Amino acid sequence: MIQMSKIRKVYHTGKVSFEALRGIDVEVKNNEYVAIVGPSGSGKSTLMNLIGCLDTPTDGEYLLNGNHVDSLTPNQLAEIRNRQVGFVFQAFNLLPYASAFENVELPLLFSGMRGRDRKQRVLEVLASVGLADKMVNKPTEMSGGEMQRTAIARALANRPGLILADEPTGNLDTKSGAEIIKIFDELWQAGHTVMIITHDMNIANHCQRVIRLKDGMVYNGNGASPGSTKP
Amino acid sequence: MSPSIIYNLFVRDFKKQKKRMFLTLLAILWGTLSIMLLLAYGEGLKTQFIKGTDGLGEGIVIMWGGQTSIPYKGFGKGRRIPLYEDDIEYLKKSIPELREVAGEYIRWDAGIKYKNKTLSERINGVFPAYRELRNMHPQIGGRMINDLDIAQKRRVAFLGDAAKTRLFEDEDAIGKTIYIRSLPFTVVGVMEHKIQMNSYQGEDEDVIVIPASTFVAIFGDPYLDNIVYAPKSQENAKEIEEKVFEVMGAKDKFDPADDDALNFWDVIETRRITNNVLMGIEIFLGIVGALTLLIASIGVANIMYVSVKERTREIGVKMATGARKSYIVIQFLLEALGITFLGGFFGMSIAYIATEIFRRLPIESEVLTYMGRPTVSFEIGLIVVLILGIMGFLSGLFPALRAASVSPVEALRYE
Repeated sequence: MIQMSKIRKVYHTGKVSFEALRGIDVEVKNNEYVAIVGPSGSGKSTLMNLIGCLDTPTDGEYLLNGNHVDSLTPNQLAEIRNRQVGFVFQAFNLLPYASAFENVELPLLFSGMRGRDRKQRVLEVLASVGLADKMVNKPTEMSGGEMQRTAIARALANRPGLILADEPTGNLDTKSGAEIIKIFDELWQAGHTVMIITHDMNIANHCQRVIRLKDGMVYNGNGASPGSTKP
Repeated sequence: MSPSIIYNLFVRDFKKQKKRMFLTLLAILWGTLSIMLLLAYGEGLKTQFIKGTDGLGEGIVIMWGGQTSIPYKGFGKGRRIPLYEDDIEYLKKSIPELREVAGEYIRWDAGIKYKNKTLSERINGVFPAYRELRNMHPQIGGRMINDLDIAQKRRVAFLGDAAKTRLFEDEDAIGKTIYIRSLPFTVVGVMEHKIQMNSYQGEDEDVIVIPASTFVAIFGDPYLDNIVYAPKSQENAKEIEEKVFEVMGAKDKFDPADDDALNFWDVIETRRITNNVLMGIEIFLGIVGALTLLIASIGVANIMYVSVKERTREIGVKMATGARKSYIVIQFLLEALGITFLGGFFGMSIAYIATEIFRRLPIESEVLTYMGRPTVSFEIGLIVVLILGIMGFLSGLFPALRAASVSPVEALRYE
């Protein structure tokens, strides 16, 4: 599903440039359950943004489902984000003025799904995360767990193969966090590829495989070095 | 890109921003209202002024005799050049570019009596063509001087509407007998009221009109006071004036280059100048209105910039869930255009209703006679819609482009 080789990402702020990823190789197979761990500033989020096509690498080669992503146009990237990738963020990133229904509807609007099908799909996916009765609620009227479940429903709306979660439990209490992880388990069992960035080693160890990052490189336990993380 | 995507996004988000939109809407409404009312006022003013100028006559030139200032063919300067009745036919024959020619005699010193009322007003001896040249149309039930009146030197009179009121008040004047210099005249018509902003020797509403032949028979005037003519085309009035000098000079023996031999009032030129002045006023009013609207649309742009900034994260979320940049641009553009046109629509409606109400109000005032009533025309509407469109587009475009230039990663990180 994901094949990254020698991926570099350099950020420029004014005259200072910062190399967030220093030529790493990452490979993730279909229906894997992967955790990405590492200290702050190790490049976890950068890696996730690249995998999710929110950003493009400075250098290196990235194949998503066999397609070269590094050479795609912005519109093609938008299409991939819309149909192949579902994002779940630590801060939920729901539209504050929109109801749960409208938030989940968003990717379906962008994919151009028709009104009736769209409505049906939103109801379906909200029900699958246990929020069938909350669809008219706005984020302000929901608990953190409910907000994150709404965000997961949004990520699932267009049936993407890949779910990317950036600290999905970071803003939640233990109980809600456990519920969210349970949903990810179910998604994985249903055939999705799930990647979770986390600080929580319990969650990381719960996953099939752990990718450790440090200073923009994959860390193998013997110090940071550019290396591959083949399963 | 599917229009339904754009539509759905727009309608959804617009509904959610109600409060923010309201004030902007109000600013646009106010701007539109200002420009509409200013233009409507200009339009009313213009209509009224043109009506008023045409009150004297449309496309006419008034000419009267003068004194020579250049010695010519043995005649010294300072010789009076009078106009005779025969000159009317002579001019018609000599200058084919003339559509119509008429003459008039004027007297002030004849007493006009009806029952116990006496007026001392202007008396005009005219020819039938005068009616059309000077826009002196009879009210229903009456008539102007006609050819038979001239041929038979009938003692008939046509009254200006104000003169009629002074003599007869509410009484019907047609068929009644009035006395001019103690001679009985039958009233055959009363002039339909007209707005007249230019005049010579008094306004037409005060005049008593009688046939030219009757006038000469009573008063014995040898000369016409004025000749009024209308060229076929209003474009070459100046050249025709020169021709008049030539043919009159040939007949009366004065130098065609002697500007003082004949005097002219070119009403066509007067109207052209009036038109230009009014056009200037309209443009000025339009600019004032447009500036008001511009300020309002700067408000829209401002709100849109704030909106883009406030919604940076939202833009990020939308991009993360698959929105193309163009969706973001179009959404913000549509929002700006939406506010602009909605505000514009309300402003135009209010302006229209206000002017319609004002038109129907039965206010009689001297000021209104000259100012006219503000009128909203289709052209004004079109101009305003165009301005609104341009301003809405521009005030939305730049914020929208900024919105779309945000990188999704940055936008998601934005607090």
